[in-house]
Amino acid sequence: MLSVAGIRTFYGQIEALKGVSIEVRQGEIVTLIGANGAGKSTLLMSICGNPQPRAGRIVFEGQDITRLSTHAIVRHGLAHAPEGRRIFPRMSVLENLQMGATVADPAHYADDLARVFKLFPILERRQQQRGGTLSGGEQQMLSIGRALMSRPRLLLLDEPSLGLAPLLVKQIFRTIAEINQREGVTVLLVEQNAFHALRLAHRGYVLVNGRIALAGTGAELLANREVRSAYLEGGHGAVPA
Amino acid sequence: MASIAEAAPKPPNALAGALKEAALAAGVAGALALPLIGFHLVDVTGGVSVESRLSWVVYAMLAVFAGRFLLAITRRPAAASGHRDARRSASGKRNARLVGLVILAAVLVLPFLPFSNRYVLDTAITVLIYVMLGWGLNVVVGLAGLLDLGYVAFYAVGAYSYALLALYLQFGFWECLPLAGILAATFGVLLGFPVLRLRGDYLAIVTLGFGEMIRIVLLNWQDFTRGPNGIDSIPRPSFFGLPFREEPPEGGTSFHQFFGLEYAPEHRIVFLFYLILALALVTNWATLRLRRLPIGRAWEALREDEIACRSLGINPTNTKLSAFAIGAMFGGFAGAFFATRQGFISPESFTFMESAVILAIVVLGGMGSQLGVVVAAAFFIVLPELAREFAQFRMLLFGLAMVLIMLWRPQGLISGREPSIRLGRPADG
Repeated sequence: MLSVAGIRTFYGQIEALKGVSIEVRQGEIVTLIGANGAGKSTLLMSICGNPQPRAGRIVFEGQDITRLSTHAIVRHGLAHAPEGRRIFPRMSVLENLQMGATVADPAHYADDLARVFKLFPILERRQQQRGGTLSGGEQQMLSIGRALMSRPRLLLLDEPSLGLAPLLVKQIFRTIAEINQREGVTVLLVEQNAFHALRLAHRGYVLVNGRIALAGTGAELLANREVRSAYLEGGHGAVPA
Repeated sequence: MASIAEAAPKPPNALAGALKEAALAAGVAGALALPLIGFHLVDVTGGVSVESRLSWVVYAMLAVFAGRFLLAITRRPAAASGHRDARRSASGKRNARLVGLVILAAVLVLPFLPFSNRYVLDTAITVLIYVMLGWGLNVVVGLAGLLDLGYVAFYAVGAYSYALLALYLQFGFWECLPLAGILAATFGVLLGFPVLRLRGDYLAIVTLGFGEMIRIVLLNWQDFTRGPNGIDSIPRPSFFGLPFREEPPEGGTSFHQFFGLEYAPEHRIVFLFYLILALALVTNWATLRLRRLPIGRAWEALREDEIACRSLGINPTNTKLSAFAIGAMFGGFAGAFFATRQGFISPESFTFMESAVILAIVVLGGMGSQLGVVVAAAFFIVLPELAREFAQFRMLLFGLAMVLIMLWRPQGLISGREPSIRLGRPADG
């Protein structure tokens, strides 16, 4: 479904992604884990064309999207819930969701809204409230719900558990599984919370310093000694590059 | 300032703190007042001489000391205000609508009220021009969140479009009105292109430069625009073809003859008044309408978060350009009206000061609030009229008003925005 082949992305002179290749297949949840600054978010953002990679190719459903601008990429059926939620704070919850439907067919706006409200009942109750007045967890739900309003076939989630209480983290991950299983949306998930992410995901990639260090199924990576010591047990063991 | 508020619990400390703060403010006021109002020029035989008036400086310092002291001891911690705002907005909006309708009704009958005379109507027309400009700029600043310090450029483009088209091609007002809007919108796009990547302060500086460029071009392109001499005898508007003149043109009828009225010069003023009222209302209607359309929502979303907008498939380029173009178009309409009302325009009318006033109207009114713009425009135009004796201290009053509003209504006179959709009645279209 999505194939990223050898992309190299730069911030000025700094090479953030040094030739990264990943593959996401239809119906999967794929997670990217790694330390701060490993390039996880950069990879998601490169897929969305902001910033565009200097080298490599990104193909989504057979179409080369490497050189498209962000807003054009989104029209191909890919949605991005960016890091830090980035909801519209002064607009109401309903308006936020409506903005999510920008590229969708207005004919199924009502259906999509009902779907999102079913996934996140709290949003229905808060629909007239300003986005900025929601709690962190609710904002995260709004961010995901907004991304779903465009009926994406692939959903890119950037650290949905960031800054949330443990109970809410569980809830968010459960919802992601639900989106994947019941709605059939393929998910590419970037996470700091490696434990939850790997348990949820079908497959995972470990990014270290802008390179893919390890790849495997969620269970394999969870069992991997290096992954455990580097990301799961708070140790500082290095993952071989 | 916040530190003073937080340190408030112990009364003796608060008092000392307030005194200290007030003394500091008075010191600053004194330093500013000494060169600004401490000296003035007086005519003496054989020229002018500088006289000092240090007592004024002392009064200014005392006033600032007292004001600052009262503020420091009465002020509550700033944290409370946000919550209050949120709770108030729902019922406040319904009231705002009512107030708007009452104001509209009052304005509609204004020319027929007993105290209404030429002066009142002239002032009202000026207020309405600024209301219209404020509403136009509100599209750019309030909705799209693009800080534009050169809005007067579009006002100038509109005014000069009409004046020049009338001068060289003998176009009438009604033909020129749409052309002025289109030309201003074109200039809006021209300004928009180079500033697409800029935000905040950088955008403000470039727009400021753009406003000045337009004025300086108008000033120096003497062959075409007549430079600083300006353009006079700009044709007055006709009542859909019927001129407002005592003597009708040959083979024509003038307004008063057609309606069988006694000729009165006020007819034209009343007509101008209703014309600008209609133009302003169209601006308001269009803005409110646009807010509910995808493009208007995209403006607001862009103001909130550009990155999120991109990832939702909104094209920021088109969104920004359309905001500049539509805001500029309303400025252009207002400019054409200004030209026909004044009958004479020169680059003098389009200085940075105008941009600043229009922006102040939008900001003080409460960004994005339509009614707030009306209140602020009335305030800014009527206040100097009432305080004509203070003409030379007009700017001082301006500054004072700004400071007061920043203290008590930091979100603008009328804050809080109304959602463009509610459940049960989804946005039409």
